[in-house]
Amino acid sequence: MIDQKYDVIVVGGGHAGVEAALVAARMGAETMLVTMNIFTLGQMSCNPAIGGLAKGQLVKELDVMGGEMGLLTDLAGIQFRMLNRSKGPAVWSPRAQCDRALYTQCARQACERQERLDIRQGTVKRIETQAGKVCGVRTESGNLIESKSVVLTAGTFLNGIIHVGEVQYASGRAGEFAAEGLTECLLALGFEFGRLKTGTPPRVDGTTIDFSKMEIQPGDDIPTPFSFRHNRLDVEQLPCYLTYTNPQTHATLEAGFSRSPMFADRIQGIGPRYCPSIEDKIHRFSERERHQVFLEPEGRSTTEYYVNGFSTSLPEEIQLEGIRTVAGLENAKVTRFGYAVEYDYFFPTQLHASLETKLIRDLFFAGQINGTTGYEEAASQGFMAGVNAVLSIRGQTPFVLGRSEAYIGVLIDDLVTKGTIEPYRMFTSRAEHRLVLRQDNADLRLMDYGHKYGVVSEVDYKRMLEKRHHIEASILALQGLKFGPEKINPVLQQVESSPIKEKEALYTLLKRPEVKLVHLAKLADLDILNNGDDPFWQQVREQVDIEIKYEGFIKRQMEQIERVQRFGSKQIPRGFDFGKIKALSSEAKEKLGQIQPSTIGQASRISGVSPADVSVLLVYLAR
Amino acid sequence: MIDDFDTIAAISTPAGSGGLAVIRVSGSKAVEIVCALFEGRPSLDKATPRTAYLGKFFSVANDSRDETRELLDEVIVILFRAPNSYTAEDVLEISCHGGAYIANRILQAVTERGARLARPGEFTQRAFLNGRLDLSQAEAVADLIGSKTAASLNAAIAQFQGGLGDRVRDIRGHLVDICSMVELELDFAEEDVEFADKKDIVERVKSVISEIASFILTYQRGRILREGVKLVIVGAPNVGKSSLLNTLLKEERAIVTDVAGTTRDSLEEQLDIRGHFFRIVDTAGIRATEDAVEKLGIERTYKHVKEADVIVFLFDGSRVLLEEDRSLVSEVSRMCGALKDKCVAVINKCDLKQNVKGSEIKSAFALDVIVEISALRHEGLPMLEKALLSAAQLGLMSETDEPVISSLRQKNALDKGLVALKKTLDSLDRGLSGEFIALDLREAIACLGAVIGDVTTEDILENIFSRFCIGK
Repeated sequence: MIDQKYDVIVVGGGHAGVEAALVAARMGAETMLVTMNIFTLGQMSCNPAIGGLAKGQLVKELDVMGGEMGLLTDLAGIQFRMLNRSKGPAVWSPRAQCDRALYTQCARQACERQERLDIRQGTVKRIETQAGKVCGVRTESGNLIESKSVVLTAGTFLNGIIHVGEVQYASGRAGEFAAEGLTECLLALGFEFGRLKTGTPPRVDGTTIDFSKMEIQPGDDIPTPFSFRHNRLDVEQLPCYLTYTNPQTHATLEAGFSRSPMFADRIQGIGPRYCPSIEDKIHRFSERERHQVFLEPEGRSTTEYYVNGFSTSLPEEIQLEGIRTVAGLENAKVTRFGYAVEYDYFFPTQLHASLETKLIRDLFFAGQINGTTGYEEAASQGFMAGVNAVLSIRGQTPFVLGRSEAYIGVLIDDLVTKGTIEPYRMFTSRAEHRLVLRQDNADLRLMDYGHKYGVVSEVDYKRMLEKRHHIEASILALQGLKFGPEKINPVLQQVESSPIKEKEALYTLLKRPEVKLVHLAKLADLDILNNGDDPFWQQVREQVDIEIKYEGFIKRQMEQIERVQRFGSKQIPRGFDFGKIKALSSEAKEKLGQIQPSTIGQASRISGVSPADVSVLLVYLAR
Repeated sequence: MIDDFDTIAAISTPAGSGGLAVIRVSGSKAVEIVCALFEGRPSLDKATPRTAYLGKFFSVANDSRDETRELLDEVIVILFRAPNSYTAEDVLEISCHGGAYIANRILQAVTERGARLARPGEFTQRAFLNGRLDLSQAEAVADLIGSKTAASLNAAIAQFQGGLGDRVRDIRGHLVDICSMVELELDFAEEDVEFADKKDIVERVKSVISEIASFILTYQRGRILREGVKLVIVGAPNVGKSSLLNTLLKEERAIVTDVAGTTRDSLEEQLDIRGHFFRIVDTAGIRATEDAVEKLGIERTYKHVKEADVIVFLFDGSRVLLEEDRSLVSEVSRMCGALKDKCVAVINKCDLKQNVKGSEIKSAFALDVIVEISALRHEGLPMLEKALLSAAQLGLMSETDEPVISSLRQKNALDKGLVALKKTLDSLDRGLSGEFIALDLREAIACLGAVIGDVTTEDILENIFSRFCIGK
């Protein structure tokens, strides 16, 4: 044995692995990150963007708890947009196009500079266990690295097979090896697995694109940072471009369908419905005459562009022919062709809510191995698994976020409770308490946890506490501040709001959609009405505006949360034998036994468990 | 069967003296326990189930080295073998002579041998947990145990008659559709798909509202069938309320006369009008008063008015309308909202010189149905009956064989759903963004789900994926 014994070994250096390794080391654990390729730490394997609808919320949540993804995105971002700005604040989502190479570089730097974190290039072949507990990993060279816990973040590498046209070969990502042997080791330990599929589009040389035929999509005038540690970003932004496929494109591609691995049934894995290949889109929605195609820059120092919307595994010549039918891409040269990749995943219902496996103690799974897709989903799980790996070896209570607390809570609860048979992606509609899980209040919701686990600095934490205090105090003050028509009506007139006749509290006026705190500036000697440009006060104002304007809705949402918690939080003892309750349907018995829910709420969300079954459980447990 | 259940016992007949008392013992040790205390032929463990055996019942004192047996009673024992018993466990029913003393001694003897005293409702609870009771009975069990949370979850337990479940499922399906249309824009704003037209959504929500409203109405009808039509007579003092009541009672077949109402101030009479069951409440006159007792009476009157299926406004045709009449109508309509449907305006004393015209009342109070009668001379009563039957919407009932909502909780769930949908309309009207509209739509979906089973967010996504081309 050549290594010390570690507290935590993280297998895999993607978005899940990086977060898991960093947070474990930051919590004080001696940590080792084993990656197959040190040059691809934090690699963005598919689209060069972080965030987006619902995913932006995940990144913000991670960030305020001490995760790395938000920081890296701010560093490597080349275009920032706040999506859904025309809608209410709850569904605003930040997204950034990133410089792919720079992102990887920053991720590697963060890992290298992290105290207590060692990095090793190597391929893990075996998970070593002893009496149902993990004790280390063995690499392909036969080297045993011992540890108290292991976080497995294998991504798409487990028995990865790449498909392009009639060709298929073993690989986890274009140009990289697949990881073989690990799946078989896990099967021997008793885990059950399935196959999933995902795809990626071709990349083209930007110097061969005619952008004049496309619609330009610039970033926001003022880029919004992902990380609460950044007040503003000074960044020169690059645009994206929008173009469309046409009937000719569709005909060209269709001619190659017979040679597609998708239609020839060579691919067994299930792909994501919301990120279909172009051939899937043409096939399923044949009535559509065009589909969007976005050209996204791969970085500042490269001319390569990512052809978003054109994910395909058709033969290379068909891909090229098809691409050249698209307006602006007539002369495009392809630098890398699209492909589909099939890989093993392990049914996430084999995990506790802490992401620890039910079969092997102190073994955690995070990221695509659990059936998810997306960098943000992976990073979120990596972070939670990293925290829980440390808590577990310290004998402390696991860190589990509720569905009403965070998108991360929704993500993990969905996975471990319902499982997934297709790559799982986050959506705002998955979060039933969407109105309170906003990207703008992630710090207020979750920073307490980051602080509790020692991964958020005192300075940052104090700032959040101050913010929280000023929000509450300002709302109270605004309720008490009343002004008459002579003082207020000129202000109202400016924003085309109807005048008042009698004295009104500022609080009441702020309920009007068109009236915001900025309009009331300097009306009184109140901090929130002054401090115009100060970023801290801008944030406080944002929260107060939202809290007041949407008070009724937020209140109703809180009531719903309470209602759910009232029955949902009732505990079910670990190892409870559901089979002995006769009145449960046989499907419910099977599912409950398999998932082993820890609360009634979780039980009620399992598919196949009917409300009648839930009431049987309630009655039984209330005996 | 659940093997970690211990054996329980209880006296299953009401407390107090009677000819017989029955002690019930249930559980895997029931036979063993009773066997040791019962002397008869054959021995109980070899007894034929569901057959009565006569024998002697003893108590066995174990405190000394010798067992002392004391004869308690001569009893009949019936054995039920699992799972063919009430609880699906081995059950023994011991019938002894009535009287608390003997039954208690037998119970004591059984518990001394290892049975535990059952908690209230525990036999039923076991029956349920052992899969012996069907789902609709489960609700009662949950209520028995007093778990409010169970009750709320239980709402989904099927209690449907006819096609109610299917109909509610249909409506919920519509709502999931609407919600998908609204949410599509939120999660797929970047996609090149057509977003829903607001007008279209408003129309769809409205049509669901009217559908749910008609369901809620079926509860009203179901209740009327069971409990009778609650008819409340209101009117200023001395317009002839009591004489109208008396006339009706004389004219019709009074079922029970002078059953004491819930209060001293309002009497409730029950009678049969053309084959329909009516409960008529004659209220205390409503007028401004400082008298505490009278005030109390007026409050009760208001309570009756709120619960009424049909309200009769009685006016005195021989005198002009007074302020009292006006304030009465406005007060009642303030309480009940729209009056038109369930109100009948009756002008009494049509035998005297008339100083009030029907048209005057019609225009002053926006009441549509006006009937003129003379309570004293029994004139105009057939017209009144017709008006009452029509106001109670009894006609509708016999014509349709629509499913009827039977449980109050189902009705409450639908009521809540209706409220949520009205809020949805309000949000749409205010031009709010989809997530606010979805909040109330989801609430409505959950309410309907509470009637028939749960809905998950999955349903909404599922719907989106099947209908729109997603994937940029």
